[in-house]
Amino acid sequence: MNVSAGKMLFIVGLFSISAFAVQMFASVENSEEIAIHPKADDAPLFPVKINPANQLAEIPTDRKDANGNPVLVSCQSCHGVRNPNPKNGSTGPLVSFHQDLSFVHGKLVCISCHNPEGSYSDFRLASGESIKPEDVMQLCAQCHGPQFRDYQHGSHGGMTGHWDLRKGMRQRNHCVNCHDPHKPAFPLFRPAAGPNDRFPPHHTKETHE
Amino acid sequence: MSDSKASLPIIDHPEVNRRRFLKTAGATLGLAAWAAAMKPLLELTPEVNADEFLQKHYRELTPEQKTVVFKRLEEETKEEYNADVTISDPQPMDNVLFGYALNLSACIGCRKCAEACHIENNHDRASNNSYIRVFEMDMGGIDFEKGNANYDHPVPAPGKYYMPVQCQQCENAPCVTACPIEATWKEKDGIVVVDYNWCIGCRYCEAACPYHARRFNWEKPEIPAEEVNPNQSYLSNRIRPQGVMEKCTFCLHRTREGRLPACLEACPTGARVFGNLLDPDSEIRWVIENKRTFVLKEELGTRPRFFYYFDE
Repeated sequence: MNVSAGKMLFIVGLFSISAFAVQMFASVENSEEIAIHPKADDAPLFPVKINPANQLAEIPTDRKDANGNPVLVSCQSCHGVRNPNPKNGSTGPLVSFHQDLSFVHGKLVCISCHNPEGSYSDFRLASGESIKPEDVMQLCAQCHGPQFRDYQHGSHGGMTGHWDLRKGMRQRNHCVNCHDPHKPAFPLFRPAAGPNDRFPPHHTKETHE
Repeated sequence: MSDSKASLPIIDHPEVNRRRFLKTAGATLGLAAWAAAMKPLLELTPEVNADEFLQKHYRELTPEQKTVVFKRLEEETKEEYNADVTISDPQPMDNVLFGYALNLSACIGCRKCAEACHIENNHDRASNNSYIRVFEMDMGGIDFEKGNANYDHPVPAPGKYYMPVQCQQCENAPCVTACPIEATWKEKDGIVVVDYNWCIGCRYCEAACPYHARRFNWEKPEIPAEEVNPNQSYLSNRIRPQGVMEKCTFCLHRTREGRLPACLEACPTGARVFGNLLDPDSEIRWVIENKRTFVLKEELGTRPRFFYYFDE
């Protein structure tokens, strides 16, 4: 072996540099692999289901049936024969029915949403167009645009199920699941229990102050 | 001379020369050192059995060894908690990088997320532990020194906003660098995980985390059998042993199967948005591109994958 020490050092150096370069290249490769967009595959997507809003066709009376459940009466039985009061926006003037309803929703009146020309169980948009109860989200959206936009992009309203619709479905809340349309402000909550810290906060305060 | 020979029977014995003496002494010392080194094996308690002591690091386990380890852990859970559980090992999905966003305008501080985490992740019941800490903060700034995580009054309180803090799954995670034994690392989908059986409980990572996101198991977790979540995974919500660190894994046993994390499903206001950062059509990308988002303690360069945002 006629290899001098200097030559040996040079070869070893060359090897380590090339090994380093290979590693660098590999890490670049890796980061590129992460940066590519997911391939649009043709896997069928599961549906996003929205909880249905409660159907409004009957309201309870103060009578009870044999099982103790309130007797229901159809909207039409009264509203079919009475003329609507277009100015009324509270339960104050009402002498029968809806007595327990509290209404705090901006300056709206009953017929801002309920359609007096239909069967009263339908709704009416600001344009005068009548809509079915299942499409009631349109009614909310005509005033609450930003919330509706956020809802459509998944950043408003609770949901359960799958983030990846290729793997399973998603169930989403309807506006009225969380907001009572007659009193939409979110109520105060009693929070769930906090942490039982090993060092309770008043202890740490004593030692810190 | 014969007297002196009698007084030093070993050294001056004709059969024992200096060489043999050193040999014997060396062998004795060697044997003693070996015995001392092996002593921990003799002191193994039922909590630390030989199989666990000799178990390899998670990333060095072959699929066959994993099967054996998971089976052993399931049996131990049955023995110690009287609960039938399944320990799975979901792998990172291709082209998926998890991201989480939280709407501070929507959060009301009800702690439902923390409660859901407590149940989902098999936390110790006595400490009411959770990977999520909800801070009640004064409006107008982000001052954690004035934040209160122990509030107990109807929420939201006037003049306050609420900031849930959990693991931010940093791209540049200080906890991973701090670990002296590589018991914690970042997975391909961005989730920082812990091998609870490799962790020695030195708590360096807890000190390194600027978000106070890691928890230490001071005690053996106590959970009634009927409350144990049986859907467990090795790297996430299986019941942790005493003396090891634990942390939020974005519920990887759920999210790697396409499901939403437990804290998101529990949120009554829809303040939480979860998804794949690499999918340009995902909800999380819409939030990042269209909302005023920020990350916590950006100046530290941890590059979190947990984003906070406001509505206009």
